[in-house]
Amino acid sequence: MKRRDFVKYAGLGSGALMMPSLLLGNEIPVETLLHPGMDVAVKKSLADIALNTAKTMGASYADARIGRYLNQYVFTREDKVQNVVNTESFGIGIRVIANGTWGFASTNNVTEKGIKKATEQAIAIAKANSKIQKVPVKLAPVQSHGEVTWKTPIKKDFKEVPVSEKVDLLLSANAAALKNGANFVNSALFMVNEQKYFASTDGSYIDQDVHRIWPTFTVTAIDRASNKFKSRQAMSAPMGMGYEYMDGLASEKLQGPEGLSLYRNSYDIIEDATMAAKQAKERLSAKSVEAGKYDLVLEPNHLGLTIHESVGHPLELDRVLGYEANFAGTSFATLDKWKSKDFKYGSDIVNLVADKTQIGSLGAVGYDDEGVKTKKWDLVRNGILTNYQAIRDQVHMIDQKESHGCCYSQSWNDVQFQRMPNVSLEPGKEKYTINDMIKDVEKGIYIAGRGSYSIDQQRYNFQFGGTVFYEIKNGKIVGMLDDVAYQSNTQEFWNSCSKICDESDYRLFGSFFDGKGQPSQVSAVSHGSSTTRFNGVNVINTGRNI
Amino acid sequence: MAIYTKEEARQIMEKALSFSTADACEINLSGSESGNIRYARNTVSTAGHRSNQTLVVQSNFGKKSGTATIDEFDDASLEKVVKRAEELAKLSPENPEFMDPMGPQLYDESITYSKETANITPEYRASVASNSIAPAVANDITAAGFFDDSSGFRAMLNSNGLFAYNRATNMNFTVTMRSNDGTGSGWVSRDFNDVSKFDAAKASKVAIDKAILSKKAKAIEPGKYTVILEPAASVGLLRNMARAFNARTADEGRSFMSKEGGGTKMGEKIVDERVTIWSDPLHPEVPTRTWNGQGQPLKKTTWIENGKVKNLAYDRYWAKQKKVAAVPSPNGFIMKGGDASLDDLIKDTKKGILVTRLWYIRTVDPQTLLYTGLTRDGTFYIENGQIKYPVKNFRFNESPIIMLNNLETLGKQVRVNGNLIPYMKVRDFTFTSLSDAV
Repeated sequence: MKRRDFVKYAGLGSGALMMPSLLLGNEIPVETLLHPGMDVAVKKSLADIALNTAKTMGASYADARIGRYLNQYVFTREDKVQNVVNTESFGIGIRVIANGTWGFASTNNVTEKGIKKATEQAIAIAKANSKIQKVPVKLAPVQSHGEVTWKTPIKKDFKEVPVSEKVDLLLSANAAALKNGANFVNSALFMVNEQKYFASTDGSYIDQDVHRIWPTFTVTAIDRASNKFKSRQAMSAPMGMGYEYMDGLASEKLQGPEGLSLYRNSYDIIEDATMAAKQAKERLSAKSVEAGKYDLVLEPNHLGLTIHESVGHPLELDRVLGYEANFAGTSFATLDKWKSKDFKYGSDIVNLVADKTQIGSLGAVGYDDEGVKTKKWDLVRNGILTNYQAIRDQVHMIDQKESHGCCYSQSWNDVQFQRMPNVSLEPGKEKYTINDMIKDVEKGIYIAGRGSYSIDQQRYNFQFGGTVFYEIKNGKIVGMLDDVAYQSNTQEFWNSCSKICDESDYRLFGSFFDGKGQPSQVSAVSHGSSTTRFNGVNVINTGRNI
Repeated sequence: MAIYTKEEARQIMEKALSFSTADACEINLSGSESGNIRYARNTVSTAGHRSNQTLVVQSNFGKKSGTATIDEFDDASLEKVVKRAEELAKLSPENPEFMDPMGPQLYDESITYSKETANITPEYRASVASNSIAPAVANDITAAGFFDDSSGFRAMLNSNGLFAYNRATNMNFTVTMRSNDGTGSGWVSRDFNDVSKFDAAKASKVAIDKAILSKKAKAIEPGKYTVILEPAASVGLLRNMARAFNARTADEGRSFMSKEGGGTKMGEKIVDERVTIWSDPLHPEVPTRTWNGQGQPLKKTTWIENGKVKNLAYDRYWAKQKKVAAVPSPNGFIMKGGDASLDDLIKDTKKGILVTRLWYIRTVDPQTLLYTGLTRDGTFYIENGQIKYPVKNFRFNESPIIMLNNLETLGKQVRVNGNLIPYMKVRDFTFTSLSDAV
């Protein structure tokens, strides 16, 4: 589904909710979501048809992914339901190595005939391309797991919650925003269930059931007399959880500055919409920032996006090696810097970890999309660059023997490739609260929530906005700011990291529709952190008069 | 084969419609065959083929609608999908903005199909990669590129007698050429409906030349510069600006197009009077289909004329609310150009920057249409009518409205991403910082 189709489904005007693209299947009745899908024994026999056909035709390796992807999206604006979309996408993707070259084909005709034909196409593509292939594909060995299963540990399956309950919750949040001064509110609930079966000629048969959820809104306040409008996005995070994320448990709330509620593993959308309306109105008359150097205190639901862009992407090995050069770009974090073992990515307190196992995160699975058991590993330890993110056909290029287990495809219809695992900043070891971050700042800004983001193709120079900004003067918050964006260089920025809150403040940020590759594919990934301070960062004023 | 002729499509859809018992029913049928090849590090990395066909039924009872989809078209399947859409419609909440399906419309015959593109083979795609990689290797350059092509059809039939059909082909090509010393990078993009207009080797040479010319770039101070924007550089900003041409958000007061005190900027001069932007589904260089997803005919429409806002897009619901005719959004746009070639523009520049493309463009402030992003893959300093040396990339913070007010010269038009855009020389373009990225 392209962004314009999403806009069509959402009935949204441009810019109300920005995302690169998202996956969609065929529209289905809501009750079909509850069908159990194909029996695992049938999937095994169908997958074996692909594997056996590939081997007979000379493949040295093959894998088959039978996927059933279920989505439910609910879109509302003000007091109206705009759309409820239930979709199902079912099919098989077959990847082969023949003559040392990859080939891939997929089909929604999941029968013996359909699978054989797709396998033949994959082999034909591999053989056609092998004529210009110079270096044969080399796969790191992987353990055979036999027949195994994995499931996201959810408490409430979104498929079993009535649509009316979801609609009522969004409309209640909208009503709360309108009652508190918002002129417009668009809200949406995205729920995803990936039922995916993987089989390979290495002897693994893996059945997984993966769940994700993302509630979000945009609240807009308008002053027609001055012709100004300001928006405030939700402080929710997309999560690898079930519908229990919507429970709004008090125990999962944290108190931020200026009455701001922040959410960990449970989200109170009505409370957040109420606060959003008040803050959107306040932004209409907030002080415009004076450009200059500031100490920035960054809230996790903001910092997550900075981690994503300035750490997650530059440490993808395919980017470092040039495989993404034509689209997303390459990376400043080159192999020579990593080999030196003393490249200062950040200050001594900066520890960044990759993790495909973290409970509640968007990236959590038991096995990746090429049958590798998932794990956690260091990317930056005590400020030094220590490793990358790599999959089976890449690790030999950095003299490693084992895939990191971060291969992913958005559907059965697309070929799997290296995707970002959850990449997170470890909390500080000292006991620090949010107030401890602010109290010794002379001139600073507290930034919460996601905003505008842009970074160059090698991940040096970036610019980030945010959702809300508060001015810090002599250790105290003195009021709201507007027109704030900070510009920095990745290495300079992480080396200016001076103080990190402890784990009591640790939360996940998430990106539900992260885009990469050609043709472009989306994936979902989380980034955890605690509130963190960066000293002396360049802030620009983004206000213009036209 | 997933591509049906007009008559085959009509027969399947009429059969489906015959099962309808709803107040209104709309059927959409589409199918496509597509293929791609991706290469990097001077070798093929991935390649694939996809085949899709889908029939979508939307049934309505009053303002309640339900949608169901199927990819099998035998009678039993068609009956099943129509019944399912009707069951869903009965269960769904009312949509107060629902509009009844339109009656029969007259559409222009589109010119979006090319047999040559529809007949592309895996061997042809491999030759594209090969014709791009071989000259790169010969020039000590590493190529990373992507070619994809598709051939497909879309058809629509409803219970009020509307029938529409379109067949289209497309191909897109991009390649990034990086010098093996890591200091130079060039890029090119090409897109056509008809692949016979495409020459992989010729296009790749443009990117190779830029990679060589951009080696060892110098840093110069960020600030306001006169820039020559290649069409691939301005297209992102212009496309973002085009999205603001929406009547509803303007009327609601949450758009650049909203007017102080109420109303919209319709008829107001917002940019230099030499700027005229229109859409035309029948333009031979950038054809699109001649109807949209609602079945509305797409006709030549002017959006900015001599710098003034001429039209804003109204969907059918909003047009009814405002008692005006609906104006469908376009699929691509055309900006009036001039006679100057890129060389002419460079020769005529005392001091300026030539920009190949802008990258990672994101909204900073929707109020002023302020965007940020970076230059990429070939940024050059011009002095006294000549390219003097390559410069390091810049981050910009700029609004297309300011950009089009600061217009100096319009050059020749080039097709880019389905749009037709001229080379442009613009003064006082705002670069706010330097980037070390190559």
